Amino acid sequence: MTALIEARGLTIHRPGSTETVLREVDFRIEPGEVVTVVGPNGSGKSSLVRALLGHMPLADGQVLRRPGLRIGYVPQRVQVDTAMPMTVRRFLSLPRRIGDAEATAVLARTGVPGLEGRQLTQLSGGQFQRVLLARALLHDPNLLVLDEPTQGLDQPGIVAFYQLIEDVRRETGAAVLMVSHDLMVVMRASDRVVCLNGHVCCEGSPEHVSEAPAYRALFGTEAQGTLALYRHHHDHDHDHGCTPHPHGADHGHHA
Amino acid sequence: MLDDFFIRALLAGLGLAVVAGPLGSFVVWRRMAYFGDSTAHAAILGVALSLAFGMSVYVGTLAVALAVAVMVSALAARGQAMDTVLGVLAHSALAIGLVAISFVPAARADLNSYLFGDILAVGGTDLALIWGGGGLILALLVWRWQSLVTATVNEELAMAAGIDPKVERLVLSLALAVTVALAIRVVGSLLISAMLIVPAAAARGLASTPERMAAAAALIAAASVAAGLWASLQLDSPAGPSIVAAAAVFFAAGQIFRRI
Repeated sequence: MTALIEARGLTIHRPGSTETVLREVDFRIEPGEVVTVVGPNGSGKSSLVRALLGHMPLADGQVLRRPGLRIGYVPQRVQVDTAMPMTVRRFLSLPRRIGDAEATAVLARTGVPGLEGRQLTQLSGGQFQRVLLARALLHDPNLLVLDEPTQGLDQPGIVAFYQLIEDVRRETGAAVLMVSHDLMVVMRASDRVVCLNGHVCCEGSPEHVSEAPAYRALFGTEAQGTLALYRHHHDHDHDHGCTPHPHGADHGHHA
Repeated sequence: MLDDFFIRALLAGLGLAVVAGPLGSFVVWRRMAYFGDSTAHAAILGVALSLAFGMSVYVGTLAVALAVAVMVSALAARGQAMDTVLGVLAHSALAIGLVAISFVPAARADLNSYLFGDILAVGGTDLALIWGGGGLILALLVWRWQSLVTATVNEELAMAAGIDPKVERLVLSLALAVTVALAIRVVGSLLISAMLIVPAAAARGLASTPERMAAAAALIAAASVAAGLWASLQLDSPAGPSIVAAAAVFFAAGQIFRRI
């Protein structure tokens, strides 16, 4: 297989019930690709990520991971308890121990050099996310999985964080799978966007998805903003249905 | 030298201290204080059962502590409102244990020693069990250390690294149950969780990493044992409570020094 991870007919139930969170989702991510999953709260975004990582039982379907796949993971909402002392340096060595030089280098790479001795609980939101990203970059991943990595950051912080992820992708060639709320920024940074609402309601290039009625029905006025980004070369077409396909190029232009 | 009751008491207390430091740190980090209480209080029921059936007290308390620890872990995994469930369990385990013990005349006479410990009466067998069992628990914690700490920081991060948080929870539950059984002669059912929590809490402000906190907690627990036993000899006060009181003094001193 060429894909790093591929899911076929993925169906997931809410833990401990038969309520369906995701229904018959097909998903794949290729080497070097940046894929963003968007969707309203409760649409199953995090469940999809957790199922792809193998953290969640599948009700149906299968997930195939390419042999030799190394995932760097930044989970949603990491809350370090103040009861536990933990320096940045020590945190980077969990669970696999790394050398001091490696720790110094990876912190510098993510824009937070010299934080080794600081307690995790004393970091700002932006610093903490960069430390999490630094930890995810250890051990040479070929896929970065980021679940809402910019939660709690202000607007400049969000833009800077996505810039950093783009830089990292360019340097390492790792594929990136993100779950995000930041529609505007994400639309520019992704190769492909998957719009999720219990199932894949549309998928394709950012231009394609931002025009799709299903996407605009889900995100309302916020979608108008992302749409404006593309209006200069794509007219919007209300009659056009949204079908999953990888490129938006065959969309009608009525300029 | 081992013939001296004071030396035996000191060795028993120190054996418990080196385990209570690191294990108590996990109890503090994971906010398992009530978990410790439930397991420890249930030990009284174990004492009643042991004496009723003529078994070793260690066997009975270990069996009951294990059962409660596994039960609480299962409840926790099902996402119950933990502090309420554990509050119910901790106190009902104690109450049921006290009722059960009232039916066993032999235990009734010694009730205080099971509630508050009788460290001055430990014998050679007790010492062997405390150091042997304590050594096993320490070895278990050292062996699993990286996984235990990772799963304590964040379960999602642990799972992404191939660690099963359920296994790590179980490891801690087992270690806790064994520690409860070992500690019942030393500090008694009511003060076991104090021995776990107070030194670890006192160590929190002194340490920058989990390892240093665990080591500092063990040192503070050991110092509390020595100071408590000494005070108990000087003041003719009960030994178990004196040890915990000494730990509380260390905690208070630590709080004051942090402020200055």
